[in-house]
Amino acid sequence: MPLLYVIAAIFAVGLVGYVAGMMRATTTVSGRANPWHSRSGYYGWYVLLWAMLPALALTLLWSVTFPVYSTRTVFASLPASSPTTESSSLTMSTVGLLQSGLRSVSAAELAEVQSGKLKVRDLLLSRGVPLASDPAPYLVAAAVKANALDDLSRAVVTFGGIGLAVIGLLFGLSRVKPELRSRNLVERVGLLGLAAASAVAILTTVGIVFSMLFETIHFFQLVPASNFFLGTVWDPRFSAAGQDAVTEGQFGLLPLLWGTLFISFVALVVAVPVGLFSAIYMSEYATPTVRGFVKPLLEILAGIPTIVYGFFALVTFGPFLRDIGALAGLDISATSVLTAGLIMGVMLIPFVSSLSDDIINAVPQSLRDGAYALGATKSETIKQVILPAALPGIVGAILLAGSRAIGETMIVVLAAGIAANLTINPLEPVTTITVKIVSQLTGDLEFNSPQTLVSFALGLTLFFFTLCLNIYALYIVRKYREQYD
Amino acid sequence: MAVQSSVSSTAPSLALSAKLDAGRLRARYAAEWRFRAYGIAAILFGLTFLAILFFSIISRGLPAFQQSTFNLPIVLDPAVITPSGQRLENELFMADYTALANKAIVATLGVDANSKPAVRQATQLLSNGVDVQIRSAILANPNLIGQTITLPLLADGNVDSVMKGAFDRTIPEERRKLNDKQLQLLDTAAAKGILTKSFNWGLFTFGASSKPETAGIGVALIGSFFMMLTVLLLAVPLGVAAAVYLEEFAPKNFFTDVIEVNINNLAAIPSIVFGLLGLAIFINLFGMPRSASIVGGLVLALMTLPTIIIATRAAIGAVPPSIREAAVGVGASKMQAITHHVLPLAIPGILTGTIIGLAKALGETAPLLMIGMVAFVVEAPTTPLEPATALPVQIFMWATAAERGFVERTSGATMILLLFLITMNLIAIVLRRRYERRW
Repeated sequence: MPLLYVIAAIFAVGLVGYVAGMMRATTTVSGRANPWHSRSGYYGWYVLLWAMLPALALTLLWSVTFPVYSTRTVFASLPASSPTTESSSLTMSTVGLLQSGLRSVSAAELAEVQSGKLKVRDLLLSRGVPLASDPAPYLVAAAVKANALDDLSRAVVTFGGIGLAVIGLLFGLSRVKPELRSRNLVERVGLLGLAAASAVAILTTVGIVFSMLFETIHFFQLVPASNFFLGTVWDPRFSAAGQDAVTEGQFGLLPLLWGTLFISFVALVVAVPVGLFSAIYMSEYATPTVRGFVKPLLEILAGIPTIVYGFFALVTFGPFLRDIGALAGLDISATSVLTAGLIMGVMLIPFVSSLSDDIINAVPQSLRDGAYALGATKSETIKQVILPAALPGIVGAILLAGSRAIGETMIVVLAAGIAANLTINPLEPVTTITVKIVSQLTGDLEFNSPQTLVSFALGLTLFFFTLCLNIYALYIVRKYREQYD
Repeated sequence: MAVQSSVSSTAPSLALSAKLDAGRLRARYAAEWRFRAYGIAAILFGLTFLAILFFSIISRGLPAFQQSTFNLPIVLDPAVITPSGQRLENELFMADYTALANKAIVATLGVDANSKPAVRQATQLLSNGVDVQIRSAILANPNLIGQTITLPLLADGNVDSVMKGAFDRTIPEERRKLNDKQLQLLDTAAAKGILTKSFNWGLFTFGASSKPETAGIGVALIGSFFMMLTVLLLAVPLGVAAAVYLEEFAPKNFFTDVIEVNINNLAAIPSIVFGLLGLAIFINLFGMPRSASIVGGLVLALMTLPTIIIATRAAIGAVPPSIREAAVGVGASKMQAITHHVLPLAIPGILTGTIIGLAKALGETAPLLMIGMVAFVVEAPTTPLEPATALPVQIFMWATAAERGFVERTSGATMILLLFLITMNLIAIVLRRRYERRW
């Protein structure tokens, strides 16, 4: 039975268990009004959990681990001297094809094949499974073995899974007695489930760190770390799929890092003053009507996907800047630090302004009142009282915006350029870490080449950069909030 | 320290100080006025940019919703479609429908059928995709063979530009995509009503194509739908469960502090890193299919999870403790108090957070590029395991194409994406305004 049906059957058994448990818990015992500890639904859940949890655990564990075991056994059964072992994925895909082909072959035909009377290739072609060449006999044997293992696995899942579900149901049902504290037991399982759900967040982080760490270590085995961290030239060349010799390339991080920081700096130069001033105006000057109207409008900027900003930069803003530059006698390329940075700055405006808005609002009214009482004007109060008081929080907001700018991808992919330049001229194109991650991973590259693996090293670098910025910024903001609570 | 000095300098001469103060006051008021002006300027800057962005996208994208078609009477000649005389499936599929369309346009436009250059000029006006149009009409109803039907056949991308007035006729003929003769044919066809513009349904049904007139966001819409479904089914239950645990049950210890910091961090990690996670874990380790919407959905679900957890925690935290205490007071367990009372009261907040998270996931591009969703998918996928693209990825793929038809379609697709996002955000705002309770 396919896995999905087995799981559906286990669910069905669980449902039966629920109904059975509930019905049993509504029977009355003579002499007592209601002897049951919990409401009947909890007995139903109790039986359902007994029926489903062990069975599902077995089924899922088996279907995850067994394929690994069977692939390994089949592969180990191949003769070590076989000419195709060096390209193991090709061998395994041939075995896979043979497997599906041999499913449609009768036992008699199989015996003929094994005795060499019948060519496998011709036989399978007549069943609609084309093979590139006539496979070696040991491959046929491996496919037969793999099919046998698969049959075994399927039987285990079908009978084991459903059997365990039925056994669990009967066991659970046998324990349903008035004194059973089913609510407490069911709720304990529920609590475990909740805790497991919150562990997914941890697992995600662990997954991110480890997946990138392994590939990065792999990368540093092929390319020395000094080449990556201290290199000033980014020229990875490229190795196409199937090419054996690894083409030497240069993987200097510095030009990419420079490009990333340069563009982020330009973006912050736009976003910080504009965002801060709009936050100040909105929280200190604007009437509630204006505020209720303008704030959602500015927040639309935050809701626009970055690909839309990137497209706008590419087709409208870049050419516009280039034309302006031509009028002023400047040579601005359509994709440049300025184009990407300005657009990214606009994207960050609502980010800076809504965070600063929160922070400015958190400054106690008494500080304002004190300043007004001394005769200060509104702007003097803001400049000399509110902003100094809110400064740590605003710095935190700017750091968070900076971390967002460093990790931003689609705007720079479309508007920053692809040439890795070490330049201080904002009118020239540069490239960033994220652009290179995208360009190294989209295309038909061989996965184990340094050209592809470098994107994981870049990703890890990016991850640690933003992680440090985030942790520090969140720490500042948290600290600041506590100050006025 | 203007405030202090104006207070302390009253002694010497009242008249002089009044004069000085008046000057200083004017300066201070001017500073006040300037400061205010900076604030207004900052807001106007943001709003102006927003207006320009929307104007630019809408003005470029509106033409994408119209498509030029030739309404031609096509003779469905049995000799061409079924040379063997029998209606074989294979033959119906492979027949030379382009020849039928070419014959129709040559006849209708009154071109000399014996002059090869003239015929070529006329047939160039039709899209390459017309054979598929005729074929699907015939496969839907094979009894049409032998009859003459009028089909709105797609016009070539250049013809479409002419119809939308975007074709520059002043360019010298040898550098133009269409020559004088062809333009003349088009003008007469348009005058006779053979060549017309109509609503571009194809934009919503076609998949990837190298020709703008047969390219659409059909595959991308289906892919995005599957992904949103995956996010909804995975991220919402997990996120709500995690939030309930952290807000109501978790003991205050080092472990929960780690989870707390970790969730806030996950919300700020660059999205492209999630794509790398998907590539390394889901595709390389678990061997899931590349470009499939299920993998995209999983990656986006992990990305949306922190947003939903944070929103749900805020919503649960806003329910006053008295509700829990009342429930526990009448004999409910803590779990019952939460599932029967706290969660139902927190639903508006949870929904708002979910919708905002979904909107963010819908517009996300970078992680999907990592898991290979840039594939050229022509056929609409029917399950989440088949290759698909997503709406923002489709925009990315079209954005770098130079042809006018693609620029138009990129903006059109952007308009559709923005429409979805704005609708979702509006729903979130309405939900928040209408159902959120203040305690």
